[in-house]
Amino acid sequence: MLKTYAYPEFPYVQSKEQRTGVRKRHPVVVIGAGPIGLSAGLDFARRGIPTVILDDNNTVSVGSRAVCYAKRPLEFLDRLGIADPLVKKGISWKVGKVFYRDGLAYQFDLLPESDHKMPAMINLQQYYLEEALVEALGREPLADLRWRHRLTAIEQKPDHAVLTVETPDGSFTMEATWVIACDGANSDTRRMVGAEFTGQFFQDRFLIADVVMKADFPTERWFWFDPPFHPNQSVLLHKQADDVWRIDFQLGWDADPTEERKPERVIPRIRKMLGEHVEFELEWVSIYQFACRRMHDFRVSRVLFAGDAAHQVSPFGARGANTGFQDIDNLGWKLKLVLEGAAPEALIDSYSAERTFAADDNLLNSTRSTDFITPKNAISRRYRNAVLELAGTVEGIRPLVNSGRLSRPTPYRDSPLNTPDVDDFKGKMAPGTNCDDAPVSLDGKPGWLLNRLGDGFTVLTFGEAPMAEVATGGVTAKVLSIGKDIKDSKGLVAARYDGQAGTTYLVRPDQHVAARWRSFDADRIRAAMTRAMAG
Amino acid sequence: MKVQRKANIPDQDGFYQELIDSQRDLSDEDASLMNCKLVILLANHIGDREVLSEAIRLALPKNR
Repeated sequence: MLKTYAYPEFPYVQSKEQRTGVRKRHPVVVIGAGPIGLSAGLDFARRGIPTVILDDNNTVSVGSRAVCYAKRPLEFLDRLGIADPLVKKGISWKVGKVFYRDGLAYQFDLLPESDHKMPAMINLQQYYLEEALVEALGREPLADLRWRHRLTAIEQKPDHAVLTVETPDGSFTMEATWVIACDGANSDTRRMVGAEFTGQFFQDRFLIADVVMKADFPTERWFWFDPPFHPNQSVLLHKQADDVWRIDFQLGWDADPTEERKPERVIPRIRKMLGEHVEFELEWVSIYQFACRRMHDFRVSRVLFAGDAAHQVSPFGARGANTGFQDIDNLGWKLKLVLEGAAPEALIDSYSAERTFAADDNLLNSTRSTDFITPKNAISRRYRNAVLELAGTVEGIRPLVNSGRLSRPTPYRDSPLNTPDVDDFKGKMAPGTNCDDAPVSLDGKPGWLLNRLGDGFTVLTFGEAPMAEVATGGVTAKVLSIGKDIKDSKGLVAARYDGQAGTTYLVRPDQHVAARWRSFDADRIRAAMTRAMAG
Repeated sequence: MKVQRKANIPDQDGFYQELIDSQRDLSDEDASLMNCKLVILLANHIGDREVLSEAIRLALPKNR
């Protein structure tokens, strides 16, 4: 079907526990080997948690699907050691064009903030990302990825869950202290535990096409409002790897999905959009439908939900997979501490508290984009059109044009894990915020701050530190001194963290700020660590 | 209370006439779109979120 990509077929292997019939208790079982489940397996295994990942299929995702990966998720994937080749393979666009009806409204340059290791975003087909994750999992002795294993039932117990799993060799049961459900928007796991999505802000359907273009076409993002080739709806065109272009046609909820996906209907639409002379081949077509909603609580007893299984958003702003990765970023270190008994189970509940807060931020942004793109009444349509007409001539109106705001991490502003500021600070690195990257140097060689933070608690301090590590309750934070361990080669660490001599940050294992002070005080650091692990 | 409550437009009658004249020959639809553009342009000019919120509240229908 696809000309630019050959789908791998992963082998089914019967597990020892099924063969011997001896039921085993696993610390963590992940359901679903999509981008979120695979990255969960990788993060957990790298943290030292033996992790089983079950998937009912035996290959990667079909079609480009998620497509766009933003900076923070790329930083997470970089922590997992797989970002560099993906960034190299992916496409970064800089110029965006906004069309309104039959003309160009305006164009813009992305101009992302410089001096970050990861780009603002890349476009890459989801199958490449999944393939990279599967490959990396193969190198982790603690990760056990099992294809063609379908979860058919869950029984919740006070301190574990019993899973019934079906394979080509029949059914067997396994136990898990924690189950992480990453089985997508139509999650069977969610249904099995009797949980539901709540709230339904709006729903819509999209026709998504991957197209191979033969002619040269610029690497730009084109967004149409109400174009003549697709009246009253929006269309998005952007480039992916291998000269595959992704086109998203908004269809509206009343469209007939079976009719719309027929090539004889899709091809003329694309021809009208690209122009008669552009040659192209259709690689993949799909209908994507969604509703904006989330689960009330991402924890249901022993089962934790992540990614689309926990929350669903519109495609505007690429908030689906991107927020899913951040769910896992948030969860991995908490699971590890709770499993080893260093933190109380309440820390797991903070996963739901922090990530439902982030999900609400995503839902809000999604709702605002949709209100702009699909106005709900005549006057809001007029306002939308007024903005688009003015945007052509008045530059200052352009920021009001909302064709989706690119996914950005949500600071956990009010999280109970934060130690509130007592000293005066400027800038955005308040407790709960993800750490900004910045260039540093190490023994004269250039590097990046986030790579130095690593994946445990870190005390980042400007200037000499009185100790090399701070420990409490069996958990150790390494001290990273700016000036001694690493040099602030461009002065950007100080600029981005409002750093002065003595300024000290406690950074969580997911690279979010837990606390900050104007001086290094080991007792206060220990108290902040305890608080960040208490949940 | 940040929204200007005192007269602030020099040549009030001239301004009012200019506004009415600009829409005299427009259809309701076009005039409505033009009003939207005016709101957006003036809101950007004002730029003060408190003033804008207060103005939105002031302008709401009385029975709301």
